[in-house]
Amino acid sequence: MSSHTYDYLDGNAAAGELSAIFGMDVTIAESQCAHCGAIKRFAEAHVYMQAPGVVARCAVCQHVLLRLVKARQRAFLDLRGMTCLILDTSRFLESGR
Amino acid sequence: MMWRVGTVVALQDETATARTITLKVPDWPGHIAGQHVDVRLTASDGYSAVRSYSIASAPNAEKRVELTVERLPNGEVSPYLTQELAVGDRLELRGPIGGWFVWRTQQTEPIQLIAGGSGIVPLMAMIRSRASTGSTAPFRLLYSVREPGAVFYRDDLLALSDCYNKVSLTYAYTRIPPKDWPRPPGRIDAALIADATWPSNLAPTCFVCGPTSFVEGATDLLIASGHGRDKIRTERFGPTGDRK
Repeated sequence: MSSHTYDYLDGNAAAGELSAIFGMDVTIAESQCAHCGAIKRFAEAHVYMQAPGVVARCAVCQHVLLRLVKARQRAFLDLRGMTCLILDTSRFLESGR
Repeated sequence: MMWRVGTVVALQDETATARTITLKVPDWPGHIAGQHVDVRLTASDGYSAVRSYSIASAPNAEKRVELTVERLPNGEVSPYLTQELAVGDRLELRGPIGGWFVWRTQQTEPIQLIAGGSGIVPLMAMIRSRASTGSTAPFRLLYSVREPGAVFYRDDLLALSDCYNKVSLTYAYTRIPPKDWPRPPGRIDAALIADATWPSNLAPTCFVCGPTSFVEGATDLLIASGHGRDKIRTERFGPTGDRK
């Protein structure tokens, strides 16, 4: 499926919310799509912010990778669209540069 | 990642609709050119809205963070930031955010920057970072903008593109060019990519920032002219970042 209605942003746009959850930068994390198997940086995912939550889709096949909904002090994070999320643990936030 | 509080120390209009906000953030850990912050506004009834804004300033020792905000019609946050915020006010911010769309001063390869409208902001941080560290990495900027009056950082860009070790700068006007401008108004096309950007055989790293349609168009042109997809880093923005 190709999208020509440019209503998405990219993984950079969701990075603040997700970095707050993971405690590290997610834009350089690699995610493997559970549908097509593509491994891409999360920064490259197509992210839809106009829904009640955040939806990230694979930039290659458009399959849903991640859903995040925040409500009443809780974050609901659905990662079933990824086979794996590979985070660089050397880059913890707040650890200084 | 915690929310930090910054104090507005300066405000400067860039265009009729965009303003640069300079914040002093006492616990700022430092940033890398290209990163952004989330800004949170909270109303007296507890309702809050969060928006992402790119950092325009180079990394600096003064814990100073500059954001340039474009006012969106019917926006929920940008009208406040561009019209009501005053020097001395405090803003909540979270960041710096992002490690992908960044230029590090150790990078020495040619850099191609392509900006659409306010997509110039993180690229300006890269240009300023290059200048402040004395980097000699070859930089070119292709800046697509509606009309001359919509250009951000005009004086800074002029100074940095007209000096020794300059950044090569090309404007592309989409609606109204200056008088006697050689190129008719229009979007970036293959001819302009060929004329005004580093050729792919130099293997530049390309940073493309702008609205999603702009980023997709420019990226397709770069790939068609031989650039590898793995050499192109993109950041898309739009008025859809409606989060609470």
